Amino acid sequence: MSTAGVATPAPVAAGTGVETMTYREALRLAMRQEMERDERVFVMGEEVGLFDGSYKVTAGLLDEFGPDRVRDTPISEEGFLGAGVGAAMLGERPIVEVMTLNFLLVAMDQVVNHAAKIGAMFGGEVRCPLVIRTPNGAGNQLTAQHSQSFDGWFAGTPGLKVVAPATPADAKGLLKAAIRDDDPVLVIENLPIYKEKGEVEVDPDLVTPIGRAAIAREGSDLTIVSHSFATVRALHVAEKLAAEHGVSAEVVDLRSLRPLDVETVANSVAKTNRALCVEEGWPSYGVSAELAARIQHACFDDLDAPVERVGMAEVPLPYAKELELAAMPNEDRIERAALRVLDLAV
Amino acid sequence: MAAIDSTAAPVDPAVGNFYERYRTMFLIRRFEEAAERQYKAARIGGYCHLSSGQEAATVGAVAALEPDDLLVTGYRCHGFALARGVPADAVMAELFGRANGCAHGRGGSMHLLDVSRGYYGGWGIVGGQMPIATGMALSLVRRGAEQAVLCELGDGAVNMGAWHESLNLAAVWRLPVVFLVINNLYGMGTSVARASAETDLFKRAGSYRMDGERVDGDDLEGVEAATGRLLAQARKERRPAVLEAVTYRYRGHSVADAGLAYRSKEEIEEHRREDPLVRTRELLEARGVPAAGLDAIEAEVEAEVEASVAFAEQDAPPSVEHLAAGMYRPGSEEQFERMRPGSPFGEAELVFAGGLGE
Repeated sequence: MSTAGVATPAPVAAGTGVETMTYREALRLAMRQEMERDERVFVMGEEVGLFDGSYKVTAGLLDEFGPDRVRDTPISEEGFLGAGVGAAMLGERPIVEVMTLNFLLVAMDQVVNHAAKIGAMFGGEVRCPLVIRTPNGAGNQLTAQHSQSFDGWFAGTPGLKVVAPATPADAKGLLKAAIRDDDPVLVIENLPIYKEKGEVEVDPDLVTPIGRAAIAREGSDLTIVSHSFATVRALHVAEKLAAEHGVSAEVVDLRSLRPLDVETVANSVAKTNRALCVEEGWPSYGVSAELAARIQHACFDDLDAPVERVGMAEVPLPYAKELELAAMPNEDRIERAALRVLDLAV
Repeated sequence: MAAIDSTAAPVDPAVGNFYERYRTMFLIRRFEEAAERQYKAARIGGYCHLSSGQEAATVGAVAALEPDDLLVTGYRCHGFALARGVPADAVMAELFGRANGCAHGRGGSMHLLDVSRGYYGGWGIVGGQMPIATGMALSLVRRGAEQAVLCELGDGAVNMGAWHESLNLAAVWRLPVVFLVINNLYGMGTSVARASAETDLFKRAGSYRMDGERVDGDDLEGVEAATGRLLAQARKERRPAVLEAVTYRYRGHSVADAGLAYRSKEEIEEHRREDPLVRTRELLEARGVPAAGLDAIEAEVEAEVEASVAFAEQDAPPSVEHLAAGMYRPGSEEQFERMRPGSPFGEAELVFAGGLGE
């Protein structure tokens, strides 16, 4: 498979093989493979076709699959996301790309009041096999309205499934799982993570199961729980903790937010006795809040320190670079929180 | 079903259809009356939105559907479900929240559906059904089907953003959907005049270069003809359209609303004098259908409605053990098995213990 040249369609590799590729290329590979496998799969969203995707994730797919299966939409998130819901109810398998998670707000009603309710509200008579793909994340001074990560809002919604891959391999595996799942799945990507590279098994039949966290780094002194770009940050901090403080930190990459693999987290905390939860979003009422509640309940006797949380500072993100850097869950803040949990804070 | 008594004047075979339409209109009227009684007896809870007075618009529009066309509606949907052929038993049982209701007691009055009859709900958020209907039409186009979608909505929904986004999408992508605006002059307690800058609601279709028409919603044949023509155009030429059917509801917004805070008794009485049910019966008699035949159907319908209440009463409620039934596709239990540790009190027992099946 070609990893160079965004617009070059590539043949699907038959069988197994590992290639290094970026997160965005892994997503593209997953979509290409699933679209080849199942003609009901199609992509809809703003600029996904002619523009090659605002973040180039769908680049080349229009040339390969044509305008019926890669549909450019008007700027109407509520309209085209709801259209995805309707098409899914009739058995299509739409992948609706929302340019960023911030823009999902205008379509909240279709996601929460419609997609998430269909299975239960209609007594199981009809399903909604919809995939919504959208990046969260901040950085690059995109300012307040374009820098949000309210993953928790969706992860807290019964009837939805929510996944958040942190590696190219999981981006491919989880997007495939989402496409093949008969339920509405929100795939939360991330802006800075699109360019991260990693090894990916190109086998078209390899799917990452939903509801399973991964141990991204084994350790014994501290459990850092994270998802999405926060996992990338956590891994850097873990290295620094090892090099500069002799601390062995275990990083649990959630991968899936609903269902949430609390068992893996609890097993890790039972081993390390200390937990730090990191997320891109606001911690209050967020994913880390849910984790802290679960950890204190499941691991009450194992904890040697209160659970700490690090997320985006709770302000609408300012423009000025210095302010933005300070507000993000940057590696300094994560490291200081880790040292506090370890009772090593100065 | 009682046959038309043909011993009197010869009856036009086309009247046979008309006769069925009248039966359905009468069924809706009596069903809604029974629903209101049962609601006041606290056997039906929540919201209960009745369509008494709107029978000609309901039955005329649904009669125009081909068997494989699709229907999507808002929450004033009992009449649409019955018109589409959902048995009265299944509808009443759903209103009672019983296991053999058409949504197995999990949706209630606002969320009726019958996928086998192409009826995809029954939606409670004003206008929320419009993008969904549009997406269904998109699916029909994708598979090259010669089918259309009829999307019902009220006069209040035309001011929602979803109206604008759905009509634009349907027009720009040439989707086979007809948006049926049931204009009963009031969105809950707010008249069209107070809510809408453009009160000729059908004209709004022009913003999208889409066909828009208005029809007398109480003229059964007129509604059927207009809806049929627009559906055919949607199906064959992929031309979406708006059809505004002007009618009136005799009861309040829902059973809980007396319907008098925003309109006068005189106004209601004036509309009742033009009752489409009476009008349709008179038309049938004028075309030679004997009164005895019509009386016979009416008695039959009344028995059917009574039987549906009896059915609902004896039907069992869904099992509490299966609180989560239907929420996720069967087999999803495996995905959730690691989510139990640390769950809030009772969650693991209430939600996940019974699994996702019935």
